[in-house]
Amino acid sequence: MALLSKKDANLILDPLADNNPITIQVLGICSALAITAELKASLVMSISVIFVMGVGNVVISLMRNLIPSKIRIIAQLIVVATLVIVVDQVLKAFAYELSKTLSVFVGLIITNCIIMGRFEAFALGNGVWRSFLDGVGNALGYGLILVMVGFFRELLGAGTLFGIPVLGDPIAKTGLYSIGYENNGFMIIPPAALIVVGVIIWVQRSRNRALIEEA
Amino acid sequence: MAINTDKNGYTVVFAIIMVIVVGSLLAFLASGLSERIKENERFEKQQNILYAMGVNENTPDSGVNFIPTDVVEEKFNENITEQYVLIDGEIKKDDDAFSLDVKKQIDAFKKGEEAKLPIFVGEKDGEKIYVLPMYGKGLWDAIWGYISVDKNMVVQGVYFDHKGETAGLGANIKLRFFMDDFIGESLLDDGSYSGITVSKTNNDPLNNDKEDNEVDAIAGSTITGNGVTAMIKETLKAYKPYLETIRTN
Repeated sequence: MALLSKKDANLILDPLADNNPITIQVLGICSALAITAELKASLVMSISVIFVMGVGNVVISLMRNLIPSKIRIIAQLIVVATLVIVVDQVLKAFAYELSKTLSVFVGLIITNCIIMGRFEAFALGNGVWRSFLDGVGNALGYGLILVMVGFFRELLGAGTLFGIPVLGDPIAKTGLYSIGYENNGFMIIPPAALIVVGVIIWVQRSRNRALIEEA
Repeated sequence: MAINTDKNGYTVVFAIIMVIVVGSLLAFLASGLSERIKENERFEKQQNILYAMGVNENTPDSGVNFIPTDVVEEKFNENITEQYVLIDGEIKKDDDAFSLDVKKQIDAFKKGEEAKLPIFVGEKDGEKIYVLPMYGKGLWDAIWGYISVDKNMVVQGVYFDHKGETAGLGANIKLRFFMDDFIGESLLDDGSYSGITVSKTNNDPLNNDKEDNEVDAIAGSTITGNGVTAMIKETLKAYKPYLETIRTN
């Protein structure tokens, strides 16, 4: 017996490619620009969002028949904010080092429109298990793009990956730098993320023409 | 029986219950964890102070390696021998200087109110080292740290940290390649406390010139760098009466 039915598996797999929250739905762009200058920050943000979205979607789905529609947005906000504070406090108490790296990003999760978008569009109308899969799937799709953007920006901008030099030493001129290669400082600043995301969207749409909207 | 969730009464009751549940959950969590969090913060402060005075586990090619948290308390008591506060130009011994909130005290000092500025005196290889806390502004938010000097005003080490500088740019002030440049620089220039300028026109990227009162800036983080320069200047201004006494002793 398969672990997931085909329909359930698609909840996880679709957002990774053909229904990606960043490249197709164009949600969550703000954090994709802000924090992808380094691969490590991208990875850490992705993991936090996977947790918050998985749990958040489950909580919203459990309460979906109880939430009054007039204040549903506020109720969703409270759920996200609570989860984010819980994550922040628990990390500070039990993984202080990690919490210092994360602190800025944990706060940013609240403003991530993918979360509110999935609460509103999916968890309010679907069962707990499917909502969980949808949350994790969308967060994975978001994280995949974040890690890709972070990889290119850190590699081309600073010549490092996870802070470890991979192209040689730019000051002592070793490795690639000895033949005249230079780091591109432009990649570190946020507009470069837009360009990288743009290139990813371009590649994705030229490989799958069904994704291109009619003009 | 289905509940009619559209009624106003229900909406109000739901909102109240949700607020009570969430509020008590968070209050319970915060009070349950506050002791552990405070302990972690104390260890971090001890690690930072020790790091600035050169007591750390760095190897030549490593990143920033603090004294591990399980021994930091012991190491701190061993290495920091005296604590003082500077009140209105007067130096007083105060073993509780460690628990002062640096941000509050420096803010009060800048406003001209009475402030207790903490000073930590340590000993390393028989030399006395003076560690001063710093607090200032970066590009997005607060930056802070510690700077340690010997009696000739030569920097023995620094530690910088920040709340939310840009990752990959200003955030790099807490990396070794930047902090190590300060070691050996003099805070004095012709007898005046001119501090150390984070300079874009240093022309000395390997930092061989230790007499120029300059270190090389990080490309793309001008404002964070200027913040560091200003923070060091402010610190020297605030602690000048104390620094004068250790120079002349």
